[in-house]
Amino acid sequence: MSPSQSSPPDGALPDGPVPDRRPLIVFAWVWVGAPLAYGLYELVQKATQLFTG
Amino acid sequence: MSPPVAPPGWSRWLVPPAALSVHLSIGQAYAWSVFKPSLESALDLSGTQSALPFQLGIVMLGLSAAFGGTLVERNGPRWAMTVALICFSSGFLLSALGAATEQYWLIVFGYGFVGGIGLGIGYISPVSTLIKWFPDRPGMATGIAIMGFGGGALIASPWSAQMLDSFGSDSSGIALAFLVHGLTYAVFMSLGVFLVRVPRPVKTAADGTPAPLEGVQVSANSAVRTPQFWLLWIVLCMNVTAGIGILEKAAPMITDFFADTSTPVSVSAAAGFVALLSAANMAGRIGWSSTSDLIGRKNIYRVYLGVGALMYALIAWVGDSSKPVFIIAALVILSFYGGGFATVPAYLKDLFGTYQVGAIHGRLLTAWSTAGVLGPLIVNWIADRQEEAGKSGASLYGLSLVIMIGLLAVGFVANELVRPVAARHHVTPQKEAADVPEPEQSA
Repeated sequence: MSPSQSSPPDGALPDGPVPDRRPLIVFAWVWVGAPLAYGLYELVQKATQLFTG
Repeated sequence: MSPPVAPPGWSRWLVPPAALSVHLSIGQAYAWSVFKPSLESALDLSGTQSALPFQLGIVMLGLSAAFGGTLVERNGPRWAMTVALICFSSGFLLSALGAATEQYWLIVFGYGFVGGIGLGIGYISPVSTLIKWFPDRPGMATGIAIMGFGGGALIASPWSAQMLDSFGSDSSGIALAFLVHGLTYAVFMSLGVFLVRVPRPVKTAADGTPAPLEGVQVSANSAVRTPQFWLLWIVLCMNVTAGIGILEKAAPMITDFFADTSTPVSVSAAAGFVALLSAANMAGRIGWSSTSDLIGRKNIYRVYLGVGALMYALIAWVGDSSKPVFIIAALVILSFYGGGFATVPAYLKDLFGTYQVGAIHGRLLTAWSTAGVLGPLIVNWIADRQEEAGKSGASLYGLSLVIMIGLLAVGFVANELVRPVAARHHVTPQKEAADVPEPEQSA
C-alpha cells in the first residue's frame, strides 16, 4: 500500500473528498527521522574506531 | 477516555511515526549512564547510588507494563501516550528540581519512579494499535516501534553528553540538562499523542454494531493461565539473557579475548565494537521482525535460538584465533537479541489475537526484567570466579558461553512446545462486543 493511500483495514471509503495526508506523513517521518539520523551518524563515527583504533 | 478512531482518509503510515516519537524518547533510559559521573561528583554519590534512578526506572517499566496493560487496552493509545508523556517528562522535571536543590531522593523518585511509569506505559502504548493497522505485516510494524527504543539511546547518549559539556557538570548544570530533556521530550512525544488513531471498526450490515474480531481471541487474564504464555515467557527470557550476556560485558570481553594474541584490542576499538553491537541490535529489531512476516513466528524464533546457540558455540570453538569470526558471531547474536524483542508482539497476536494483545505483551515483559538480572549475573559471576582461579584471556568466558548455549537450547525447546491456544480460553463474540469502548471520532 502506498503512503498516499488512506488505509483503514475495514476498507471503508469516505463519501466526500479525502484530505491529502502526504504533507503530514512527510512531516511526521522527518520529525522522527532527523534525530534518528543524528544518532546513527554518531554511532557510525564511534563504530569506525573498531577498525581504526 | 475513548480510543481516537481514524477519520476517513487517514493513512496507516502516520501510525509508525507516532509510535516512534514515543519509543525514541523513552529509549533514552539506556543512555542514563551519561549522567552518572556528573551526578557522582556533584552530589557525592557512589556508583551504586548513581545507578539507582535507572534501575528503579527499569523495575517500574516492568511493573507498569504488566499492571497497566489492561488500562492501555481499555483507554486506547492516545491516553497511554499522554500518560507516558506526562510521566516521562515530569520525571525529568522532578529530577531537575532534585539536582538544583541537591536532593538525591528527588532524582530517584522523579526519574526512577515517575519516569519509570512513563517507560512502561509508553513501551506498550502503540503495540496493539500498530498490529491492528498492519494485520498483513505485524512483525514489521512492531519492529519499527521497538527499533525506536534502541534508537533512543543512540540519540540521547551524544546529545546528553554535549549538553553536560555546555551547561557544566555541577548540580546546576545537571539540573538545566534535566530541564531541557523534560521539555524537549514533552514536545517530541506530543507528535505521537496528536497523530495516533485506531482503525475504524468494521460494522456489521444488520445493526451497525462492530463485528467481532477475526480468528482466535484470548483475554489477558486468560492468557496468563495458558501454557503458551509461559512458554513464550521462557523463550523471551532465554533469548534476552543470552543477548545481555554479551552486551553487558562487550568491551572487556573483546579486550580479554584477544589480550594474549599478536593483535590485542585497544580501548577505543572496544568502544567501537560496543557501538557496532548497538547497530546490530537495532537492525535486528526491524530486519528480523519483518522477516518473521514472511517465514512465520515459530520459524524465526528457531533461527534466533538455534543459530544463536551455534554462534555461541562458534565463539567458544574458535576462541582467540579469529577476530573477524568473534565479531561477526557477536553481531549476529545481538541482532537476534533485538529481533526477539521486536517479534514477540506479533507472536502474541498469532496466538492470542488482537483483543488484548497490548496487555498480554505488558505481562510478558516481566521476562525482560528477569533476564536483565539473570544475564549480567551469570557472565559477571563466572568471569570473576574464573579470574580468581587464575584463568585469563578467552578462557575467562568459556563456561559462560556454554551456559548461554544451554539457555538458548532451553528456549528452543520451549518454542517447539508452543501450540495453538485451547478453545476453552477463547473469548466469546458477546464478551468481545461488551468490552469494546465507544470510540471517539476525531479528525
